[in-house]
Amino acid sequence: MNLRRDVFQAIADPTRRAILLLLTTQSMTAGAIAANFNTARPTVSKHLQILTECDLIKQEQLGRENYYHFNPEKMKEVADFVEPFRKMWEEKFNTLESVMQAHNNAKNGTKNKD
Amino acid sequence: MEQKTKIKALEGKQDVVITREFNLPVELLYKAYSEAQFIEQWMGTKVLKLENKTHGSYEFETSYNGNVVFKAHGTIHEVIENQRIVRTFEMENMTIGVQLELLTFEAISDEKSMLSIRIIYQSEKHRAEQMKLPFAYGLNMAHDALETLKFNNA
Repeated sequence: MNLRRDVFQAIADPTRRAILLLLTTQSMTAGAIAANFNTARPTVSKHLQILTECDLIKQEQLGRENYYHFNPEKMKEVADFVEPFRKMWEEKFNTLESVMQAHNNAKNGTKNKD
Repeated sequence: MEQKTKIKALEGKQDVVITREFNLPVELLYKAYSEAQFIEQWMGTKVLKLENKTHGSYEFETSYNGNVVFKAHGTIHEVIENQRIVRTFEMENMTIGVQLELLTFEAISDEKSMLSIRIIYQSEKHRAEQMKLPFAYGLNMAHDALETLKFNNA
């Protein structure tokens, strides 16, 4: 359960999703990945570390360079989960609750004034 | 934080059950589903039409930068105030197909209520399409962010 949550935390970040998208078409070194972002290199390294820990990407030594590549199996597993669907509803329902509570408070407020 | 919204989607089935407990009296929860002004607020969509009655129908539309990005409609089969809505739902230009939705509203106490939505899809495959949608949406957002990044760097 904990592991799953980590995966969704990993893909919740826009920079990490952008990194995943970059790696869907090719394997890349950390430097080449970082060149696509305006963020500092250590920040990108941190993102790569999180993605690696979740198995969403894998590292491979090719010659002297360390290449990152996308792990499609893990992504497929994530895509099959109902979690993004659940999260979408959780957010909508949270809004519903606060909209209706605000409406109720406003209504009661008017009543009290009367 | 505790997960208030629960999803049950069993393998090999073509339905989904969504349940959620609200800190709202059941009348208010029902109002959120039966009055256009509230649907617009919490669903973030424009309500073009809503006849919330047995043999009624509805139409939603969402625009972004002047373009229609979401359009959905359905017919309302049965309405029992503060208890039940049975309706169809279909998103236009999507591969998810039409779905049957059974919404049950239940009072837990004066201040708390429970919503249960059972959605039945045309097939298990259609259900899978629906599950993947929010995920694909997230990736598309990343793609747009990436396009912007590339553009800025060029």
